[in-house]
Amino acid sequence: MSSILTVEGVNKNFSGLKALDDVNLVVEEGSVHAIIGPNGAGKSTFLNCLVGRLVPDTGTVLYYGNKPEGETLFGLPPHAINQKGISRVFQTPEVFEDLTLFENAMIPVMAHLDGSYRFNSWGGVLSRGEIADAAEHILSDVGLLEKRNMHSGSLSRGDKRRLELAMCLAQDPKLLLLDEPTAGMARADTNNTIDLLKKIGEERKITKVIIEHDMHVVFSLATKVSVLARGHIIAEGAPQEMKGDARVQEAYLGGAHL
Amino acid sequence: MNMKDNILVLIFGAVILTMPLWAGIVGAGYPDLLQKFAIFGLFAIGFNILFGFTGYLSFGHAAFLGIGSYTAMWSFKLLTMNAIPAVLFATAVSGLFALAIGFVALRRSGIYFSILTLAFAQMCYNMAYSVLTPITNGETGLTLTATDPRILDAATTEGLPSTELFGMGLSGYNGFYFCAIILIIGFYISVRLYRSSFGLMLLAVKSNQNRMKYTGLNTKPYLLSAFVISGMYAGLAGALMVVIDPLAGAERMQWTASGEVVLMTILGGVGTLLGPFIGAIVIKYFENIFSAFNDAVLNQVFGFLPDFIQGIWVSFASLFVGKGWHLTLGVLFMLIVIFLPGGAMEGFRRIAAKFKKEKEAHSAGGAE
Ligand SMILES: Nc1ncnc2c1ncn2[C@@H]1O[C@H](COP(=O)(O)OP(=O)(O)O)[C@@H](O)[C@H]1O
Ligand SMILES: [Mg+2]
Repeated sequence: MSSILTVEGVNKNFSGLKALDDVNLVVEEGSVHAIIGPNGAGKSTFLNCLVGRLVPDTGTVLYYGNKPEGETLFGLPPHAINQKGISRVFQTPEVFEDLTLFENAMIPVMAHLDGSYRFNSWGGVLSRGEIADAAEHILSDVGLLEKRNMHSGSLSRGDKRRLELAMCLAQDPKLLLLDEPTAGMARADTNNTIDLLKKIGEERKITKVIIEHDMHVVFSLATKVSVLARGHIIAEGAPQEMKGDARVQEAYLGGAHL
Repeated sequence: MNMKDNILVLIFGAVILTMPLWAGIVGAGYPDLLQKFAIFGLFAIGFNILFGFTGYLSFGHAAFLGIGSYTAMWSFKLLTMNAIPAVLFATAVSGLFALAIGFVALRRSGIYFSILTLAFAQMCYNMAYSVLTPITNGETGLTLTATDPRILDAATTEGLPSTELFGMGLSGYNGFYFCAIILIIGFYISVRLYRSSFGLMLLAVKSNQNRMKYTGLNTKPYLLSAFVISGMYAGLAGALMVVIDPLAGAERMQWTASGEVVLMTILGGVGTLLGPFIGAIVIKYFENIFSAFNDAVLNQVFGFLPDFIQGIWVSFASLFVGKGWHLTLGVLFMLIVIFLPGGAMEGFRRIAAKFKKEKEAHSAGGAE
């Protein structure tokens, strides 16, 4: 398998605090790579370095989604990074709360077809049939088609997450980053989200990097797990190996058994 | 645009064009006032494309109004008294200014954006009084003179010329119809923008910029386009002001004028298609009524009261009328923001919903 993302020697300090300390990581194409670790371990900082939102003090991140020789994403604005095929799901679902689900779904479809800016003011948004079709398609993929005319602000957290995932998928990304996709969800919503992510995984080969707190989610989805503690990757391997690893339990679970 | 929008534009057009026939009933049947309705309505509709669609509140749109007026005046002075070139130049030039000002102001959002636009507008206002006097004629204001070159039609006019449209004078109701037709076109464009994919992107900017950026969309050009378009509407409105009355003064660019269009938009309903226009009409209508009141009229109104009470009432009420009309406007504005934050359009919606409920209750009662 070839890698889609390689991280080498990444360091990041916040005014003296070492948030990331010489992090090395390879994300294989098509894998579901979970990054776990206690609060304050540097997981979000790491994700932000991956998408160029933060620029590390030293080290490199190379993305192989478009070019075989890889490219660096540092300093690019978020929309440019997204246009390269990297989508992101936020810890708190970010959707267009004032718009209907259908409108929410049309926007990423247009971003995918038209690029980062297009001024086509004259045709009505519904006059391009392919946009409406694609939007309906992705809504039905995540089971939200009946709610298409509702405003997304009135959705439950689980449904917002569904919508957000649908919007990411509408762009047909190569790499999907998920920052605690089930944080703050009830058990039922968590299970629904796991099922949805599994279904997506079966239908499309999208590489995913998941930051997650919930072990149930990690072991249901991940094909590989890296453990981050105090800015350092302390262990890495298949989920089953990680379950029994003493270092992981020490650092992450405070010695408790899984 | 769907069928409903076409009908909306048609009804809007019909209502505007028949205004001279029925506005007299509510005491608004003067061409001056109707012209104001059309011009400020257009200004507010354009302002709403920025403020209503994207949520970016500009406090400096009067600058474009002034720029449009000056440009149109220069078109009259240098080229021709025909209103068409004046209107076109004004729209284009204010668009260019909006591009430059918007480019800088949109580096910030929220309150900082508002402050930047306010600062730019005040700069334009001050410059019109100082260094730009050769262009703006400073405090006197820019007027037509008999010696203007008017290279296209100087030969055909004598004395102090007046604005025209291919030979037709534009005073009185002619002027109103000219403004009204441009207003209807402006309204039509705003409806189309609203329904277009571009319009949807503007609404998305208002709703969640972060999600927008992480959806691969660059918010800057969308915002700048909206800023330029609304600046062009303002410039067009400024041009219409001098088509009606060929005198351009810098006070038109003052911050109070920028604030007024904000009030109109909020009063009518931010982000709705018709609301800003309704807000403009309401403000101009009541301004007309309230500012016409003076102490003599008030004394008449309260004449039935005993003298000393009459005196108190008159001096109290006179705070709110005539020059004090802005106090009334302030009170009205506060009431709207507190009790009806969606403006007049929300009021209509609530009333419609209530009627619907009552009707349903009735028909349910009848079925029993
Ligand atoms: N922008 C920032 N400025 C200063 N310190 C930060 C910043 N972002 C994160 N940190 C610190 O870096 C450490 C790692 O944070 P974070 O990456 O958010 O951890 P996690 O997501 O694993 O909980 C924490 O100690 C946090 O306080
Ligand atoms: Mg975090």
